[in-house]
Amino acid sequence: LKYVYFYNLKNLLNMRIERISTKTPAEATDQVDLSLIDELIAKYKGKKGTMIPLLQGAQSIYGYIPSEVFEKIAGDTGLSLSEMYGVATFYAQFRLHPVGKYIVKVCHGTACHVQNATRISEALEESLKVPDGGTTEDRLFTLESVACLGCCSLAPVMMIQDETYGKLTGAEAVRIVKNIRIKEQN
Amino acid sequence: MGKTKVIVGLGSCGIAAGANKTYQKIQQLQKAENLDFELKKTSCIGMCFREPLVEIVDDTGSYIYGNVDENRVVEVLEKHVIQQEPVKELVVKTDLFETPDHLFFDNQVKIALRNCGYIDPESLEEYEEHHGYEAIKKIADEDISQDAVIETVLQSGLRGRGGGGFPTGMKWRFARKSESNEKYIICNADEGDPGAFMDRSLLEGDPHSVLEGMIIGAYAIGATSGVIYCRAEYPLAIKRLNIAIEQARDQGYLGDHILGIEGFCFDIYVKEGAGAFVCGEETALIASIEGERGMPRKRPPFPATSGLWKKPTNINNVETWANIPWIVINGPEAYSKYGTEKSKGTKVFALAGKINHSGLVEVPMGITIRDIIFKLGGGIPGGKKFKAVQLGGPSGGCIPEYLADTIVDYDSVNATGAIMGSGGMVVMDEDTCMVDVARFFLNFTQEESCGKCTFCRIGTKRMLEILERITEGKGKMEDLDTLEELAAQIKDNSLCGLGQTAPNPVLTTIKYFRDEYTAHILEKKCPAKVCKNLLTYEIIPDKCTGCTVCAKKCPVDAISGERKGVHVIDQAICIKCGDCYNRCKFEAIALR
Repeated sequence: LKYVYFYNLKNLLNMRIERISTKTPAEATDQVDLSLIDELIAKYKGKKGTMIPLLQGAQSIYGYIPSEVFEKIAGDTGLSLSEMYGVATFYAQFRLHPVGKYIVKVCHGTACHVQNATRISEALEESLKVPDGGTTEDRLFTLESVACLGCCSLAPVMMIQDETYGKLTGAEAVRIVKNIRIKEQN
Repeated sequence: MGKTKVIVGLGSCGIAAGANKTYQKIQQLQKAENLDFELKKTSCIGMCFREPLVEIVDDTGSYIYGNVDENRVVEVLEKHVIQQEPVKELVVKTDLFETPDHLFFDNQVKIALRNCGYIDPESLEEYEEHHGYEAIKKIADEDISQDAVIETVLQSGLRGRGGGGFPTGMKWRFARKSESNEKYIICNADEGDPGAFMDRSLLEGDPHSVLEGMIIGAYAIGATSGVIYCRAEYPLAIKRLNIAIEQARDQGYLGDHILGIEGFCFDIYVKEGAGAFVCGEETALIASIEGERGMPRKRPPFPATSGLWKKPTNINNVETWANIPWIVINGPEAYSKYGTEKSKGTKVFALAGKINHSGLVEVPMGITIRDIIFKLGGGIPGGKKFKAVQLGGPSGGCIPEYLADTIVDYDSVNATGAIMGSGGMVVMDEDTCMVDVARFFLNFTQEESCGKCTFCRIGTKRMLEILERITEGKGKMEDLDTLEELAAQIKDNSLCGLGQTAPNPVLTTIKYFRDEYTAHILEKKCPAKVCKNLLTYEIIPDKCTGCTVCAKKCPVDAISGERKGVHVIDQAICIKCGDCYNRCKFEAIALR
């Protein structure tokens, strides 16, 4: 019986770690330079309440939180891997997969919703051929719905990098994204 | 003759409208033409509908110009700065003559927003010139006791502006009474309500007033450390807060023995939220600062006795803090003279949605909703009919047109089934489907539910499924009873405000717009023509010219017909995307 218990526990743990480390075929070949976060870990190690700043810091370095980084933080600080996974999946900010060069944030706040933000998302999904939250194959764009960008007076709004585009239509949004792609190809 | 000042509004909304480009253009022109004026920055004055805004102050007074993009700025500078002739028709606010937008300002009383749009938020000196840090100096100079400060706040009648409406002075008194050598002050800047941006504007426009409010609060309750929990989605607010904190430390407003008050040591740091709506709830916010999943905890113990790191903690919202210095300087009576019997002072609202003047307004409590929408807000665009206003975000409800004379105070708004909330006011017209709005909010709360309480986690999901069914035309009349039953259970069996209020948008829309629900269920029609599955696009044969545009644009090839002949939409294939409707130049496509 003891054996069965331990077996299950181990299995469960493996499952969890597998969920963190699930990679798409494209990501499997990515190289992650773990030394980049040494400074960050040194800054927060041993202090209380630092799990979120650690994860935020790691994400700002890599653009997402690679599974190797979870393991390194756990190893260096003693934070538990499962708690970190719990926190990383609880908050909308954290990403477990790499994102495109441009993140297209389509606002779905109330003001944008009543001004038909759904149409903007649909048009972009159709044009980029990715679902909401997805990244294009060339890793140029990631499409994201966000709660509210606070530019309600310009609704409907989307934000790419730090640029906000207001009073959009579906066609207008598609045109903006296409222009970025053309610029990138040249 | 004083030097002319040119001030550009650089809040997030201004920047989104292109204010940075305007600013750069002015810089360029100043250099190229060697113009003699002082170029400055400020933040949002609340007129989002006229962004980008440029203020010119000369010997005759102040003129605020609206919609000044990089092209128009050339004209404005040339006429006003070089030829000394204000371009009257472009001025949106001035004390010298009446502008078409004067109603927007005439009904406002600015207390919390007193400096927003008037000072450079990154300059401590400008804040000090506008009575900044005078309140804490007054406390130090006049040796006002901690209890006297709490008494002042109590007498002002200020209630929590984050939505709860709990008397601020009372909250402070509880925290003051808790014995501990370590106490915390928290500023809740996790403004998660979609459609609300009051706190963002305040933090971007006047960060020092929030800091000063917190310093006064810390003095009153005896706190040693302060945290501002700010959404990571507000990078500009975080940047300006950090600048302000640094400046306050340099000037000795933060640190040890502040302003010579013996034993008053207090410092503040900013904590970035990570994107979870539930963290606006105070116990969840505390869990999040402690680095955990932001899940609410059982109360009691209340944070006033056991909060952050199990120490006594006092949490107030951004707007509440910004009011405090003003109350201390001007006295509680100056504040409580505004408002109604139980709701004193002013409240900031973010106007958005189907309204002409979207932006930020601060009004005395007791004003009617109708006045806010039609006097300040300038009414509904396109001559459409005003249908409802949504107050309080996902925790609030929709107030219908016939209750628009409801006055704005905590009790009157609660009586309608909505809540005051933090101040988001989203206006809806005849083209907004109320069932769809209810579904939208429930989708939000269902996604943001932390999952701790079963009724909130599963109940909101079931309610959402029912609403989705109704908007798809598959609803049954008994669904309405099920929705009400589930709503009651979720309200009764959830630990925190998120669950307790999540059903409000559904309940208020069923109460006031039952006819729309029945139209969806019985007639399979969406009266506002929003719910996709209930729409039909048809070509009107008399109007169709056979131009073939619709057939070419249809993404699923549902439209057929010969060139110059009448086209037909195959309803079995149509995905109701509306592309044909939007492209037809002959209004030959009908939406039913």
